[in-house]
Amino acid sequence: MKIVYTDSLVIGGGLAGLRVAIATKQRGLDTLVLSLIPAKRSHSAAAQGGMQASLASTGKGEGDDEDVHFSDTVKGSDWGCDQEVARMFTQTAPKAIRELAAWGVPWSRVRAGDREVIINAQKVTLTEKAENEGLITARDFGGTKKWRTCYTADGTGHTMLYAMDNRTIELGIPVHERKEAVALIHDGSRCYGAVVRDLITGELIAYVARATTIATGGFGRIYAVSTNAIINEGMGAAIALETGVATLGNMEAVQFHPTAIVPVGILTTEGCRGDGGLLKDKDGYRFMPDYEPDKKELASRDVVSRRMTEHMRKGKGVPSRYGDHLWLDITLLGRAHIEKNLREVKEICEYFLGIDPVKEFIPVRPTQHYSMGGVRTKPNGESPTLSGLFAVGEAACWDMHGFNRLGGNSVAETVVAGMIVGEYVADYCANTRVQIDTSLVERFVKQEQYVINTLLARTSGENPYELKAAMQAIMMEKVGIFRNGADLQAAVSQLTTLLRRSRNLAVRTKAPHANPELVEAIRVPRMLKIALCVAQGALARTESRGAHSREDHPERNDRDWLKRTLATWDPGSPDSPTLSYESLDILKMELPPGFRGYGNDNTIPHPDTAVRMAQIAQIKADNPTFDRFEMQRVLMPYELPPRFTGKNERAGIGVK
Amino acid sequence: MSSESGRKLKFHILRYDPQTPGDKPRMETFEIEEAPGMTVFIALNEIRAKYAPALQYDFVCRAGICGSCGMVINGRPDLACRTLTAKFPKGEISLMPLPAFELIGDLSVDTGKFMRAMTERIEGWIHDESKDNVNLDQLEARMDPDTADKIYELDRCIECGCCVSACGTKRMREDFLGAVGFMKVARFEIDPRDQRTDADYYDLIGDDDGVFGCMTLLGCEDTCPKDLPHQSRIAYLRRKMAQVR
Repeated sequence: MKIVYTDSLVIGGGLAGLRVAIATKQRGLDTLVLSLIPAKRSHSAAAQGGMQASLASTGKGEGDDEDVHFSDTVKGSDWGCDQEVARMFTQTAPKAIRELAAWGVPWSRVRAGDREVIINAQKVTLTEKAENEGLITARDFGGTKKWRTCYTADGTGHTMLYAMDNRTIELGIPVHERKEAVALIHDGSRCYGAVVRDLITGELIAYVARATTIATGGFGRIYAVSTNAIINEGMGAAIALETGVATLGNMEAVQFHPTAIVPVGILTTEGCRGDGGLLKDKDGYRFMPDYEPDKKELASRDVVSRRMTEHMRKGKGVPSRYGDHLWLDITLLGRAHIEKNLREVKEICEYFLGIDPVKEFIPVRPTQHYSMGGVRTKPNGESPTLSGLFAVGEAACWDMHGFNRLGGNSVAETVVAGMIVGEYVADYCANTRVQIDTSLVERFVKQEQYVINTLLARTSGENPYELKAAMQAIMMEKVGIFRNGADLQAAVSQLTTLLRRSRNLAVRTKAPHANPELVEAIRVPRMLKIALCVAQGALARTESRGAHSREDHPERNDRDWLKRTLATWDPGSPDSPTLSYESLDILKMELPPGFRGYGNDNTIPHPDTAVRMAQIAQIKADNPTFDRFEMQRVLMPYELPPRFTGKNERAGIGVK
Repeated sequence: MSSESGRKLKFHILRYDPQTPGDKPRMETFEIEEAPGMTVFIALNEIRAKYAPALQYDFVCRAGICGSCGMVINGRPDLACRTLTAKFPKGEISLMPLPAFELIGDLSVDTGKFMRAMTERIEGWIHDESKDNVNLDQLEARMDPDTADKIYELDRCIECGCCVSACGTKRMREDFLGAVGFMKVARFEIDPRDQRTDADYYDLIGDDDGVFGCMTLLGCEDTCPKDLPHQSRIAYLRRKMAQVR
C-alpha cells in the first residue's frame, strides 16, 4: 500500500484550492495539491466578467464600501446566507484583489477623463477623476448598488488563475495532476486524508494529512446542460457525503445563469448586460423593464432567469430546433468595446454559433450555472461534524451566497475564502498531530479497490453513460428554474431507481488503468447521491427563496423556512439522504430579513424580524457617535484572522 | 428536434494504449451522423458512449478557454472543442494526439507536466522581493491603463500546446523552449512589476534552446488558437537578447 504523508492536503487545483495551499505553504507546512487536470485548466479560468471588491475607484463606484457590498450580498442571498461569513468576505475582498495585483494579475485600470458608455440603452458620458488614474477599475454587474466588479477584459478568471498557479509553482508546491480522490479516510470524528486514484496508472494511493481541504468546485454536471466545465461533477461533495458524518448544506440552492448560448450552454458573461447589453424577445422587444422597471436586465440572476422563463412561457420565445430561446443584444455596445472588453464572448459567438455579436443578436436562455450548496462548514471553513476536514470555494457551503449568488461574488469567494480558510487550515495543522493506525488507512483503500474490482469483474450490467444521461435529463426536466411538488416527487423516485440500478454497473473495457468508462462507473453512483440531495432538499423546502422557486409555494416563508438544509448519507439507509435543518438566528443578524425589491413582496415574516429591527434601532439611538466600524462591531461581531482586520483604504477618502 | 438527418461523418482516430502490453498504434474509423452545430467534442462523446467506451481524450471547459483539448485535426493542431465538424466539406476527420508531448493514450497527452516544467524554467512569475510585504490595506500600486491592457494581450495564452506541436525547431531540439515559453517571457518583460533585467532573461533564453534556436518557421503563429503575436514577440525578444552583453 502506497501512503503519501503531508501536513496540508488540498483536493482541487482551482483558485480556492491553490490559495489555501499557498497559505499553508507560507506558514511553513508541507503542502500538496491533488487535481484531476493541470491546475491552470480548472473551471476558475472560465470566470469571465469579474470579481467583486469594494474599491470604489471608478466614478460609478463612489460611495461603495464593505457595508454596501455586504448589504448587496445579503439581499442577493434572499437572506439565506450566513451574515458573519458575508462580513468576513466583504472585509477581505479588497485585500484579495490587491494581493493578486502584486502577484501579477493585469487588472484593467481607471483611465482618467471622459468615456462613453451605454446605460439603460442610452449613451452616457462618464468622467473619471485624474487622481484615480491607474487604480483598478470596475464594471456594473447584476444586483449591485455600485459598479464594483473588477476585471481584466472578459478573461478575469484566466488571469487570476494563471497568477495564482504561477505563485504556487514559485513556492514549489507540488500539484499531483490526474489524480482523483475517491474516498475520505476518517474514523467517524476526524478526517485523515483521502484515498486517491491515479487516472493514468489506476493505482490507489493513500494521502494522509493533518488537514484535508475539499476545493473541487460545483456539481453542475448533474444537469444535462450546464455552463460548468465537464469535470464539475460534485465528487468532492460526494466523498464528504459518503463519510456519513460530514454534512452538505443547501443542496437545493442551484443557480441558473440568464445568458448561456443555445444549444451548447456556454456562458456569455453578465458583463454583457453590465456593459449595457439588452435582453429581447422574438419580436425584438426589450421585455425586462416591463417585469423589473427598476433594475431591468441587471436584476439579480435568479430574478432575470425567472422573468426570461416567464416571458418564454407567454409564447414570446424565439422557436428553434433546440427549443425556445431569447436574444442577448450587445450590438449597441459597438465593435471597439466588444473586441476589447468582451472578446471571449465574441470568440465564443464566432466559433460555436458562427455569428458576429457586433452585428447579430446572441441566442441565449437560462442555464444551470452555480451550486450555492456544498460541504457545510463553519466560518473557519471546517466541517462542523468531521474534524480536520475543510472545504472552500464553490465546493463549500460556507455560506456567503445563501439561495442566490451575485455575479462577480464567486470568483471573489474563491480567493477570499482561500485566504481566510487557508489561515485557519494552517492554524489547525500547527495545533494538531496525526496519530493514525495504518490498518484504518488500509481498510479504506481496500474498500475502494473492492468497488473497482467488482466493476471490472462484472460481465454484464448497467451502462454508466446511459444512467448518467438519464439522471441529467431528470434534473433538467424536474429540478429546474421553476419547481413543483409533483415533479420533484417524481424526480426523487426516478433518481432513487437509478441509484439502485447503479449498484449493478458494468464496464465493457476491462483495463484497470486509464479507462474513462471505469472513471464514469466510479462517479455515477456518487453523482446520483448528489442529485438526490438536490431533489429531496427541493421537495422538502415548501417555500420560494432566491434561486429555489416553487410554483406551488411562491412565498418566501421566513416563519418556517429561514433555515439551512443539511443532508447526510446514513450508510444504514442507502437509498436516500437524511435531511435536517439549522435555523438562521435573526436576533444575531446585522441586516434582518426584508424585501429584496423585485416583483411583489409576499414574504411570510418571522416574528423575530420585528424584534431585531427594534433592537437595532435602539442600538443606533443609544450610540449616536459611533462611526460605521464601531456600529458594525456592536451589531454583529465576527472573527477574522488578525492579518485581515485592517481598514481598507479607498481613493480620496482614506479609511473612512 | 428535427427529424431531418445529417450527413455521415467518418472519424479516423489514432488508438494506442501504451500501458497495455503488446498494443500497437493504429487508426480506427467510426461513423456517426452529423448534427447541427456539432463540434469534435460532441462527436467524440458520442463515439465514446456508443462505440469506443475506453477512448481517451481530454476536455474540461469545452468552450475554448482552458486549453485541454489540443489535438491534430486533419493534420493541424487545434482545439477540438471549438472545431465545428461543418468545417470539413468531405466529412472525413482524422484525429491524432499532439506530438512533442508524452502520450497518455489515444488522443490524450501530458501537457501539464511540460507546462509546469516550462514555467519553472523561465521562472514564470513576478520577480519582486517586496511582493510578500505589500500592505494589503492600502491602495494598490498604480499601473498605466495601456500597460495593463498590453500585459493582458500577452497573458491570454491557455497553454494548449498547439504551438509546441507545430514547431519545427522543437522536433530537432528536444530542449527547445518553444513559443509558449517565449510568450510568457515577453509577458513578464513588459510588466513593470517584474524587476528582472534583460540580462536576467538572457540567462533563461539567450541560447540555441532559447530564442536564438528558433528557425522562424512560425508554425506557432499559424496554429495559435488565441491568435497571440508569436512572430513579433519572438523577433522582439531576439533583438532584445542580442543587445545584452
